[in-house]
Amino acid sequence: MLVWAETAITSDSMYSCILTIKIMGIEMMTTMQSMTGAKALMTAMEKEGVRQVFGLPGGANLPMYDEFARCDIRHILVRHEQSAAHMADGFGRVSRKPGVCFATSGPGATNILTGIATAQADSAPMVAVTGQVPVAMIGRDAFQESDIIGMANPVVKYAFQPRTAAEVPAAVRKGFYIAETGRPGPVLIDIPKDVQQNESEMVFPDEFKIRGYHPWSDPDIVAVEKAIDMLLHAQKPIILAGGGAIISSAFAELQAVAETLMLPVVTTFKGKGAFPETHPLALGPIGMHGHAEANKMMTEADCVLAIGTRFSDRSVGTFEAFEKRLKIIHMDVDPAEIGKNQTAQIAVVGDVKASLRVMIKLLAKNSTRLTKETPWLKHVKETRAYWKENLKLHPGEMGAAKILRKLREILPSESVITTEVGQHQMWASLFYDVIQPGTFFSSTGLGTMGWGFPAAIGAKVARPDVPVVDIAGDGSFSMTENSLATAVLEDIPVIVFILNNSSLGMVAQWQRTFYDRRMIGVEQSRCPDYVKLAESYGAQGIRAQSMAELDGAIKTALGSDVATVIDIPIDPEEDVLPFVAPGTSLSDMILPS
Amino acid sequence: MWAILSILVENKPGILFKVTHLFRSRNFNIDSISVGVTDNPEYSRMTITTVGDEKQVAQIVKQLDKMIDTVEVRHLDEHKTVYRELSIFKIRLSNANDSMEINKLAGAYGAKIHDVKKDSIMVELTATPDQIKAFEELARPFGILDVARTGVAAIQRSGA
Repeated sequence: MLVWAETAITSDSMYSCILTIKIMGIEMMTTMQSMTGAKALMTAMEKEGVRQVFGLPGGANLPMYDEFARCDIRHILVRHEQSAAHMADGFGRVSRKPGVCFATSGPGATNILTGIATAQADSAPMVAVTGQVPVAMIGRDAFQESDIIGMANPVVKYAFQPRTAAEVPAAVRKGFYIAETGRPGPVLIDIPKDVQQNESEMVFPDEFKIRGYHPWSDPDIVAVEKAIDMLLHAQKPIILAGGGAIISSAFAELQAVAETLMLPVVTTFKGKGAFPETHPLALGPIGMHGHAEANKMMTEADCVLAIGTRFSDRSVGTFEAFEKRLKIIHMDVDPAEIGKNQTAQIAVVGDVKASLRVMIKLLAKNSTRLTKETPWLKHVKETRAYWKENLKLHPGEMGAAKILRKLREILPSESVITTEVGQHQMWASLFYDVIQPGTFFSSTGLGTMGWGFPAAIGAKVARPDVPVVDIAGDGSFSMTENSLATAVLEDIPVIVFILNNSSLGMVAQWQRTFYDRRMIGVEQSRCPDYVKLAESYGAQGIRAQSMAELDGAIKTALGSDVATVIDIPIDPEEDVLPFVAPGTSLSDMILPS
Repeated sequence: MWAILSILVENKPGILFKVTHLFRSRNFNIDSISVGVTDNPEYSRMTITTVGDEKQVAQIVKQLDKMIDTVEVRHLDEHKTVYRELSIFKIRLSNANDSMEINKLAGAYGAKIHDVKKDSIMVELTATPDQIKAFEELARPFGILDVARTGVAAIQRSGA
């Protein structure tokens, strides 16, 4: 990595001077000041536009914490560092700017690892800043020393450990740049305590070059032309939109391509809501718990335009069954995704929004007439209509589908949803239709239980103007429920919507399905009482045991200026269906009987 | 297939760890590895040989290329590349004829003889891994006491 700069000091004042700095041939003025590494960290973050940090202080990051007293960045205190990372993640996914979390050395740093790995698995922009023991103590097994750089290496996009105070501004500048460009991801900046304390003349670089980093490439026009040709000649073409379509907010472009070519749209679970799920061409997510109509049509299609997806096993089932049948056009910003899980006939590397724009331009010039009523499209529409009517649902009043459709009915379309991980998450995928693209977020790659609630808090900080709801299960919510303290004390009124089956429901479903109903380690025994738990934190707790109560509870929560937990007891025996068992293909989907 | 990868990296601490970690975490094997600074002290060159099918090798090249600390990653064409590995063998001398036989063998492979003792002899051979393997097979009957190998260093020919 290289930052080359020719500097000329034009004033020799001891504490502040104007520098003319020539970087990549461009002359620019920059201010050089003497300050501590901690102060430089906060100053550099302010320059990046950081308004708040989620974190928890400790011995090794106290110098940077002391700087909160002297800057405009808000500190949001968590009760466990993992939650700080998830909050930063939620903030980053919604705002598409890196969320920032702080943790101290040793256990503070290891506690955020799960959050960093979650952000990496879902390509979320994040900057995690950890304190470290002083440079001279590194490697001596000092108190609260952990080799967080070594531990985090496989789950970060990049990691910095400035060894002198003067290195801090460039680490921050490059860290933010790396986190938010190309395929986004988490960046770790690990700062030894003495580096935070030492004073140095600081240069805050505006521009720089990183030799080995090429976040974007221009889409290959010839490849896009070939892709159009392949789609026009396919009998049963389909679009598969992944998380990349959401990350690059290619919503309008995706819709334009789908409508111009009259292509039905399925998504991955991560791509849920890249395309309005109420649109006549929308079939919803495919995968292990995909929509029946989506899995059926994906299985029958002969050509797929895959946009920003890694073809994860949870989406496609067995890799072989998928690629044998299909012609694949793969658009992705990350060249390493091309051919990793599926072999594509045509690959378009580049930001998917830019690639789709090229496609739209070329389509405008293309004279091939499109028929709006192909036999395929007719079949798709019939299948969609059939499964919208005929998917067998839980018969009880408080079945998952009815509960989530009620939530959808009441929530404004711009509301932001996060989910925890488990059955409720898959029910949300099946029964909560995303109307406004880019308003649904979940831990889809790592599947981190406890993600949804802190992520909702981060999302609410990014979008205080819209309701933010964490669709939760009791098991997953338990893992980070102490974030209620943050929601209440920091005045971040999110809604936690618990489908409470008093068990680790997804594990229970697998034990019922694959382990002959031997139920081991899944019973939660109605402990705790979530209404009382919420109240003990000063939040609002409401139990909803009927549709009428649920209706009232959602409306009360939307009108409340304090965080609200809605506890909805449901049948512990309700399974998530359809279900594609692991290691099988989408055509082997188990349907409700 | 056997593949030679030539990776130009930033000459900074921790990069070797990251590269080898990538091989481990992505389920690839390192057959041999050699690392040294280039004529420009800002860079090091790593030469890694690995075994995998075409798809796997293409994937590891992409994953290496994606690493921010790698400046250039090339999958070298074996037939257009000069590649050599240095090996040192310590071989047992059991009877009077052995020394002469090993000398003949070394001569045939262009190897150098070092440190001749009463009961052992050291041979230094710089060659391709295949040639080293062949030499090893021929030396085995004498009794190989120790082997050290450097891993392959390689540069593709100009215009190739």
